[in-house]
Amino acid sequence: MRFMLLFSRQGKLRLQKWYTATAERDKKKMVRELMQTVLARKPKMCSFLEWRDLKIVYKRYASLYFCCAIEEQDNELITLEIIHRFVELLDKYFGSVCELDIIFNFEKAYFILDEFLMGGEIQDTSKKSVLKAIEQADLLQEEDESPRSVLEEMGLA
Amino acid sequence: MALKIVKGSIDRIFDKNLQDLVRGIRNHKEDEAKYISTCIDEIKQELKQDNIAVKANAVCKLTYLQMLGYDVSWAAFNIVEVMSSSKFTYKRIGYLAASQCFHESTDVIMLTTNQIRKDLSSPNQYDTGVALTGLSCFVTPDLARDLANDIMTLMSHTKPYIRKKAVLIMYKVFLKYPESLRPAFPRLKEKLEDPDPGVQSAAVNVICELARRNPKNYLSLAPLFFKLMTSSTNNWVLIKIIKLFGALTPLEPRLGKKLIEPLTNLIHSTSAMSLLYECVNTVIAGQYWESVGNLCVQKLRILIEDSDQNLKYLGLLAMSKILKTHPKSVQSHKDLILQCLDDKDESIRLRALDLLYGMVSKKNLMEIVKKLMLHVDKAEGTTYRDELLTKIIDICSQSNYQYITNFEWYISILVELTRLEGTRHGHLIASQMLDVAIRVKAIRAFAVAQMATLLDNAHLLTGNTQRNGICEVLYAAAWICGEFSEHLENPMQTLEAMLRPKVATLPGHIQAVYVQNAAKLFATVLKGEEGNTDGTAAQEASQLMIDRLPLFVQSANLEVQERASCILQLVKYIQKLQQKDVEVAEEVNALFAGELNPVAPKAQKKVPVPEGLDLDAWINEPPSESESEDEQPKAIFAKEEPKHSRPRHTEVDEKELARRREARKQEQANNPFYIKASPSSQKVYQEAPGVEHIPVVQIDLNVVLPFSCLPMSDQYVKMEEERRQKERAEKKKKEKKKRKEKRSGRGKKHDSAPESEEDITPAHMVDIVTEEMPENALPSDDDERDPTDPHKALDIDLDKPLADSEKLPVRSHRAAEAQKSPTDGETENATLQEPKKKSSKEKREKKKDKERDRKVYDIQGNLQDGSQVVVSVIFENKCNSFLKSMEFNVLDSLNSKLQRPEGSGPHDGLVVPFQLPPGVSNEARFVFTVQSIVMPQKLKGTLTFIVKNEDDSTHEKLDFKLHFTCTSYLITTPCYSDAFAKLLESGDLKSSSIRLEGVNMPFHHLLARICFHHHFSVVERIDSCASMYSRSIQGHHVCLLVKTTVSIDAKCDEPTLLGNVLDEIKQTFSQC
Repeated sequence: MRFMLLFSRQGKLRLQKWYTATAERDKKKMVRELMQTVLARKPKMCSFLEWRDLKIVYKRYASLYFCCAIEEQDNELITLEIIHRFVELLDKYFGSVCELDIIFNFEKAYFILDEFLMGGEIQDTSKKSVLKAIEQADLLQEEDESPRSVLEEMGLA
Repeated sequence: MALKIVKGSIDRIFDKNLQDLVRGIRNHKEDEAKYISTCIDEIKQELKQDNIAVKANAVCKLTYLQMLGYDVSWAAFNIVEVMSSSKFTYKRIGYLAASQCFHESTDVIMLTTNQIRKDLSSPNQYDTGVALTGLSCFVTPDLARDLANDIMTLMSHTKPYIRKKAVLIMYKVFLKYPESLRPAFPRLKEKLEDPDPGVQSAAVNVICELARRNPKNYLSLAPLFFKLMTSSTNNWVLIKIIKLFGALTPLEPRLGKKLIEPLTNLIHSTSAMSLLYECVNTVIAGQYWESVGNLCVQKLRILIEDSDQNLKYLGLLAMSKILKTHPKSVQSHKDLILQCLDDKDESIRLRALDLLYGMVSKKNLMEIVKKLMLHVDKAEGTTYRDELLTKIIDICSQSNYQYITNFEWYISILVELTRLEGTRHGHLIASQMLDVAIRVKAIRAFAVAQMATLLDNAHLLTGNTQRNGICEVLYAAAWICGEFSEHLENPMQTLEAMLRPKVATLPGHIQAVYVQNAAKLFATVLKGEEGNTDGTAAQEASQLMIDRLPLFVQSANLEVQERASCILQLVKYIQKLQQKDVEVAEEVNALFAGELNPVAPKAQKKVPVPEGLDLDAWINEPPSESESEDEQPKAIFAKEEPKHSRPRHTEVDEKELARRREARKQEQANNPFYIKASPSSQKVYQEAPGVEHIPVVQIDLNVVLPFSCLPMSDQYVKMEEERRQKERAEKKKKEKKKRKEKRSGRGKKHDSAPESEEDITPAHMVDIVTEEMPENALPSDDDERDPTDPHKALDIDLDKPLADSEKLPVRSHRAAEAQKSPTDGETENATLQEPKKKSSKEKREKKKDKERDRKVYDIQGNLQDGSQVVVSVIFENKCNSFLKSMEFNVLDSLNSKLQRPEGSGPHDGLVVPFQLPPGVSNEARFVFTVQSIVMPQKLKGTLTFIVKNEDDSTHEKLDFKLHFTCTSYLITTPCYSDAFAKLLESGDLKSSSIRLEGVNMPFHHLLARICFHHHFSVVERIDSCASMYSRSIQGHHVCLLVKTTVSIDAKCDEPTLLGNVLDEIKQTFSQC
């Protein structure tokens, strides 16, 4: 997979993950072009399109479009499955996820994505183990934060 | 001090966190940009504070803003700071920001190497995980080279969580640093049989991706994958494996036979569409067609019939792949595909169109095109209609018009297509008309007649809008009528049509063709009238030309103007001759004698350069600067020359002059910026000669326009059918005859029922003129692989044994130096990096190279304790026997001592806590206490172990030396420029300097190298110099000022340490 984008029906980018290093200017151009193309498609149309030398697989969940760019030989259906998996993971983590969850906790959404995919390849096919890894990492983060009392925080302890 | 911290913390309470920022942006919809710019200012303030929590918060906000499209590259250094925080919370944010913002040209990336390495070896698996994830997004060739070895070690980590990530990231490393593939491959292969399914599928993923690009190097893995395929139930893994086999089978046909059974089973049994689709794709790519092909096509038919648009689309896509190899199998599903043309979804219709392209045959071409023409009429939306149009043309013209049996039909299709409004493809239709008319000699008469009608009705094409692309067709029509004018029935009428004033509204290049071809027509008219005693027709033609051409002489388009005035003068001269009854036709025709032949598009490229011709060499030496100055006045003079000839030109004749004056007035009248002199200009405009032609040409309603009336092509379809029927009947007759003849003998009966492709004979003998090529053209393949493809570099033979030069670079890792022994001749092909093993004489003769145990080590200082260093040693078993009971021992020196567990004596060895099966490596860590760190030193040591073979086991010993460099006591510590300046001012530091000789590498590489090898960090870089800082484990400050002249000025509070560090730096650069 080359990259994954999440954007709203209004054309606002909510998440972007690039699995190949790309210059900022190119990214912007590609995102804009792709959003226009995908948003212009009618609801009944199929989820695949050919774009530049890539294949685009997208799916709409509520007001959010999940959009992946894959290479010529990649399997479109499995990519749809990946998108669906990711949505399920978000759903499990946030508890019936909505767009606002992703906007306000965008770093969490990235962490989940990073546990699920790495370098554009699927890392773990088991939902459970992905969620477990995230939970553990979150725990670690809380441990980091919790022992600090207010005084400690102020540097007086 | 405490007060300052308190103040900082209180400030922090008022800082915005990410949620506040997001909320703020949502509340400032109108002035978002302004709001964000104030936020960015705040963030800049926050980044200046020392509190890492504040920084991390700021970086987190920046990451959000980066996604909104704001440039945050200025904060790259701050991101690195947050990445190097010891707290996981911040580290996580730092790495996330880095993975979103960094790319190969981000220059701070080179500063991260040590930090990443540290995180990779962190005892906390989540630190490691976060570093791996981040690295996978921004790995550069330098990072890949420097960290490949560390990541490779992680592939054997105890935690599957890390193994899995390490395996996946290796793919990115291979892409950036292809040299790492061979050394890392054996371990990667090992991971295919990892007990953890996650790690296993990661390994399958990576190898599949590698193999897809360069399959031939992975053939040897086929049995292993075959085993996995038959045992795995994980669809994700199966898909990858099947994809891999899809790449392998074309290279190894025997594999295909073996795979048929499992593949068929999967296709039959699986309920997962994705897996089914992958199987079908592999079948299409491989050599299983005979046995599974039909099954696949059946399954695809089910997909296409499915109501799910996605499956339908993919079904068609797969069909189009089959089409390339097995067109017959697809052609039987023509009905289904034609149905898809009616689908609501445009992308499905386009796919179906693609398929049709390959499905046509001589037999069904007309039928399919007829259906498509119906769709053209129905189609809404110009894009899809344009697509249809190009497809129709593609379908008909493919492989040199192979499937067209009746070119009259094709020409009439083209003519019908010209009726499409607003198409962009006028040019395409035009080029088809030209191509057919030129190359199919038999069709010329028909084509010319059609084109003449088109010209006559040009107003229908150009009528609506100016930007109408379809008028390009007139370009072709005019040219065909002119070039093949001998076929025209009524050239005079066409000539008139081509010289109508309305033509002047066409684009310039079309007008130019009109003018030029009017001349050709004129020549034909003259020729036709020759011999007629009554020369009025010829004279009429001349008069027509003389009347109409001046309109073009005034054209703004230079090409039109030039051609028109040239031809006008010519015609005037001819007219004079005609008046004297001189026969001119032959001379005029000589102007256009000779036939134009089509030239292949690549012809020019294929002309070989004659020997001895250097196209880049100057023919004349280029003039020097001074010369060109001299020439300038000359050029000005030359420019003036045409002016002198002007008056002669304007002398022409009174009539012409008057007309021009009128035209000018007309132009002025129409020009809103021109202040009109006479109030009667309007009147003049009306009186202007030739203006009566401006109203639209009268349409003679009695004449039925053959092309605006009905699809003529349909008539041809009918005619063609009749013709074929007739032919068939005749053939049958013949066959009957034959049969009768054969009835006496035992001749095999001919089955004449189905009409095969070859039976259809073209309507008339079609001579398709082939395109001309230069005589000595070189046949060449233009099909070259993209040289920039990163996968090309990964085309590496993996079965070849590793060469010594290929080992992964190991940074501060140094192999233990073995004591050389004169009896060690057999191990001479071991590298310097490898400890040479002394083995007893009789053993050595038997085993030679088999037993080898490699050790590399890395010495790291321990920050918490100024007198401790940790030495991590990687043991690798390179022999075929099992190694166990390893004991590590070092001869302590006064200064450095190995830390031994309590109760053991000063000479006891430490037990290495693992055993090594053949080919496996593992890492052990040993802690040393050192007193003084200002001098480098070497420690001698031995490793004892038991080599276990099937029948016996022997005790073996390996000597090594550990080299403690001063660099290994330095720890990368970030330092701020103000603190750095204070440090230098304090005057406690002693200075020293060196010059590096013979170093010519880019400055930033030089810095990166010092950072990397000697644990420094860049404090500040100004143009041609950079300041760098590092700290020893005992708190010595080491400051460097590096200049692009490759001199280093250094300061340190411990001169001996400084001297040694500088020596080591010098050595690093002398090696490169």
